Amino acid sequence: MHGGDEVVAAPAGPPQPLDWKFSQVFGERIAGEEVQEVDIISAIEFDKTGDHLATGDRGGRVVLFERTDTKDHGVSRRDLERMDYPISRHPEFRYKTEFQSHEPEFDYLKSLEIEEKINKIRWCQTANSALFLLSTNDKTIKFWKVQEKKIKKISDMNLDPSKAVGNGSVASSSSPKPCLVNGSSFDGSYNNLSNDFFPPGGLPSLRLPVVTSQETNLVARCRRVYGHAHDYHINSISSNSDGETFISADDLRINLWNLEISSQSFNIVDVKPTNMEDLTEVITSAEFHPTHCNMLAYSSSKGSIRLIDLRQSALCDSHAKLFEEPEAPGSRSFFTEIIASISDIKFSKDGRHILSRDYMTLKLWDINMDSGPVATFQVHEYLRPKLCDLYENDSIFDKFECCLSGDGLRVATGSYSNLFRVCGCAPGSTESTTLEASKNPMRRQVQTPTRPSRPLSSITRVVRRGSETPGVDANGNSFDFTTKLLHLAWHPTENLIACAAANSLYMYYA
Amino acid sequence: MAMIDEPLYPIAVLIDELKNEDIQLRLNSIRKLSTIARALGEERTRKELIPFLSENNDDDDEVLLAMAEELGVFIPYVGGVEYANVLLPPLETLCIVEETCVRDKAVESLCRVGAQMREQDLVEFFIPMLKRLAAGEWFTARVSSCGLFHIAYPSAPEALKTELRTIYSQLCQDDMPMVRRSAATNLGKFAATIEAPHLKVDIMPMFNDLTQDDQDSVRLLAVEGCAALGKLLEPQDCAAHILPVIVSFSQDKSWRVRYMVANQLYELCEAVGPEPTRSDLVPAYVRLLRDNEAEVRIAAAGKVTKFCRILNSELAIQNILPCVKELSTDSSQHVRSALASVIMGMAPILGKDATIEQLLPIFLSLLKDEFPDVRLNIISKLDQVNQVIGIDLLSQSLLPAIVELAEDRHWRVRLAIIEYIPLLASQLGVGFFDDKLGALCMQWLKDKVYSIRDAAANNVKRLAEEFGPEWALQHIVPQVLDMINNPHYLYRMTILQAISLLAPVMGAEITCSNLLPVVINASKDRVPNIKFNVAKVLQSLIPIVDQSVVEKSIRPCLVELSEDPDVDVRFFATQALQSSDQLTMMSS
Repeated sequence: MHGGDEVVAAPAGPPQPLDWKFSQVFGERIAGEEVQEVDIISAIEFDKTGDHLATGDRGGRVVLFERTDTKDHGVSRRDLERMDYPISRHPEFRYKTEFQSHEPEFDYLKSLEIEEKINKIRWCQTANSALFLLSTNDKTIKFWKVQEKKIKKISDMNLDPSKAVGNGSVASSSSPKPCLVNGSSFDGSYNNLSNDFFPPGGLPSLRLPVVTSQETNLVARCRRVYGHAHDYHINSISSNSDGETFISADDLRINLWNLEISSQSFNIVDVKPTNMEDLTEVITSAEFHPTHCNMLAYSSSKGSIRLIDLRQSALCDSHAKLFEEPEAPGSRSFFTEIIASISDIKFSKDGRHILSRDYMTLKLWDINMDSGPVATFQVHEYLRPKLCDLYENDSIFDKFECCLSGDGLRVATGSYSNLFRVCGCAPGSTESTTLEASKNPMRRQVQTPTRPSRPLSSITRVVRRGSETPGVDANGNSFDFTTKLLHLAWHPTENLIACAAANSLYMYYA
Repeated sequence: MAMIDEPLYPIAVLIDELKNEDIQLRLNSIRKLSTIARALGEERTRKELIPFLSENNDDDDEVLLAMAEELGVFIPYVGGVEYANVLLPPLETLCIVEETCVRDKAVESLCRVGAQMREQDLVEFFIPMLKRLAAGEWFTARVSSCGLFHIAYPSAPEALKTELRTIYSQLCQDDMPMVRRSAATNLGKFAATIEAPHLKVDIMPMFNDLTQDDQDSVRLLAVEGCAALGKLLEPQDCAAHILPVIVSFSQDKSWRVRYMVANQLYELCEAVGPEPTRSDLVPAYVRLLRDNEAEVRIAAAGKVTKFCRILNSELAIQNILPCVKELSTDSSQHVRSALASVIMGMAPILGKDATIEQLLPIFLSLLKDEFPDVRLNIISKLDQVNQVIGIDLLSQSLLPAIVELAEDRHWRVRLAIIEYIPLLASQLGVGFFDDKLGALCMQWLKDKVYSIRDAAANNVKRLAEEFGPEWALQHIVPQVLDMINNPHYLYRMTILQAISLLAPVMGAEITCSNLLPVVINASKDRVPNIKFNVAKVLQSLIPIVDQSVVEKSIRPCLVELSEDPDVDVRFFATQALQSSDQLTMMSS
């Protein structure tokens, strides 16, 4: 981490390694219970404040959780932001609401089934008490508004509600019009009521309905549907810091949308070659810069990250910067290209760094340095001899996500057997922890305490560390490729990680 | 439940449905809010209905939008202008909702209400509300507040005016880009209400902040403010303060900002006056015409005529024309197309000699462009050049271009050129048309695509209108009628349609002598579709021709068709007979 000009002010050595503890679990499996395919979590995302968490699953549902430990204070949001709020307790969440975001569909033109699985969820700018989020499956992006609504309990009606029927002029014409004694229906007759019909003081017998109940419930409404813009499967969506646009990326193209306009989008990146046989790489992930509304990064299946500047031109076929690690000579094998494919990228909160995840490693890049990553972390190096097996059972194509802590000092990503790793990326930090998504996260942890015996190399920029001991097998646990921890998210301000193991959502704090 | 008199029943239902489960019924009630208000009377409207609506802020967006709109014209129902302030609370809550269109409508309605309020009420109610919104916890309130300053400011006492200016400047520096965008959008309106001395001292710094914003989306909107502010300032101040901003915008890093400048630049020329235009804006515009980004060049090229109109022809020839030449061979077809759509308008500005010398080669090269839109755009504006240099110089190149477009494999291109044929005919004259274009017009009647045949039939009619029945009888009618013998029934149908269109233009005499016999003859066709179309055409001919002709030829033919074995033929024949009966009855 000596690449940047302004090294993060390191007070006195690296921060202490965190001691992770189990916090909560939602949807825990009882021993022997079979996981329903539709319940498997496929997306996790905290909102900007960290007060809300959303998960999406393969059944097209979105579940929202809200933080309970800060909400009780009755302090306004602004005050909370201002004061340096000392956290006495770790964040706790509770189930808030859920809704069916996507349904399975069938594209008749292409004879293609469209799964309802939620690929990504992104929060948008909150306004009033309403929450806004974008969710997407392979083809269609939806904009949701979740809002508290008063439950209506109306009293004091003018007419007996049991007898009153719709006024018929706009409602379904099939509903019977209330007949008056003289047999005529009153359809539209109030249009003919002239001014003199009403006495100057009004009609005292008329009353306004009164809403008595003050109870509220949460209602999710789909505000907009952004469809028919992607020929291939959407792998990412990302909302922009300008609060009015977002991007959606599929294998070959990235489109730019205005949140208010669902009928058109602008293609900003197109890597589709004129001849599909010339196709050598696809887009795997894309994200907007957290503060500069004109910058976005996307990763490719060849292991490169491109930073583009929307200001330069309307169609951003040429990148502003390319981040690629030069291939180590002589290390090429059949799997080199497959495992180089980047499955996820994330900007750090300040936008200075980009974290990328490929099959075997996590890499941290400084956007001011495109010659190579400032740090590389091995995720599961012990799997390298098993690449052949992993290729055969397709596991090698699993797309693991990655995340950074809000302070940018640590990174995390998932692995197999429901394990995930947290590594320190501050200069000099050797922190590296393996945790299991279970109620006892340290259960299977191999001893990987800091190893002072291995001095930090100041010559090579690339710091490699982590457990290179091949054997968690030494613990007697064989690795299970079917239980993989693909999705996880770090709370934006605190040390809290939410991760998905099949249908269960586990949270850990430190 | 109260007992309601029978005549009140509809209004009672309307009121109850303000809270119905069905959104359509609620919407309906809200749209009839003025009726409800009249039924309740002014006082109860103020004391009950308005508070009731204020609480109703969690309804669906469609309902809120309708409510925001209704409240904008609600002053008469609450008791007139002196009570207008009671409308502010419900509109204030609507200014804070999440949905942009509702907020916009609420702001619009507040402006409308505020514009009618008495001065003391504005100070007592409107301005405090504005301040609340501007200090709102959520960005939605602050966004809305920006659009209300221009209503409040003129009525405010001096001290409040100072405060309002300060608040606005804070909004220009808000954390949220949405608020800054709204401040940028509304700056021009607000500035228009501000006294000249404050304009320079207070507004210009705000404007400068916005022009240097980090977010492209904010700077974009600041560009629009340039023209609005420029018009308010004295020319020398404008040149001193606005001009540098425009020049730097025209070199902004973001193509979107430059695109906005390209679109607006000509408006600014008027604001700054001729001298700065010559020295600064012309070079800026030239840079935009040569921009790296095609989108910017498209915008700039599309404004070339408007820009030249402001300059004198000498400046235009010297500075702009070389760029126009470059653009005519631009690598982007869209740039060439944008240029082609306006370049003909430069001819009157440059005058005859310069047009022949400089513009004509560009016209000719664009007429040979590989992209059909470019050629079409040139052809569509032919009349503008014709006035300056006459058509002869162009006609040599025009013909191949037209023929090629007429035979383009995309039917939409063919359709577009057909639309311009009457224009071309009028510009090129009868002689040219007879020689070259007549055959094309006939060829389109036999096109494979229905829309083209349809347009071709219409075109035949428009030509007859242009050149008169005499000419049409000689040059169009024989060829058209010839085609009635085409072996394909769809082409025969096109001819029937052409006949029905031509008949009103040609007049009774020619219709009887030339068109009618062909139609009558077609009633013996073996295809039922032709036969019922004959019935339809005959029906359309009845009002044109003489009653005696109707009796002698049309009716017997229709009677025969009304006994046809085919049900559709019988239907249309009967229909035609009935309409003929009605006409007879009316005339007798």
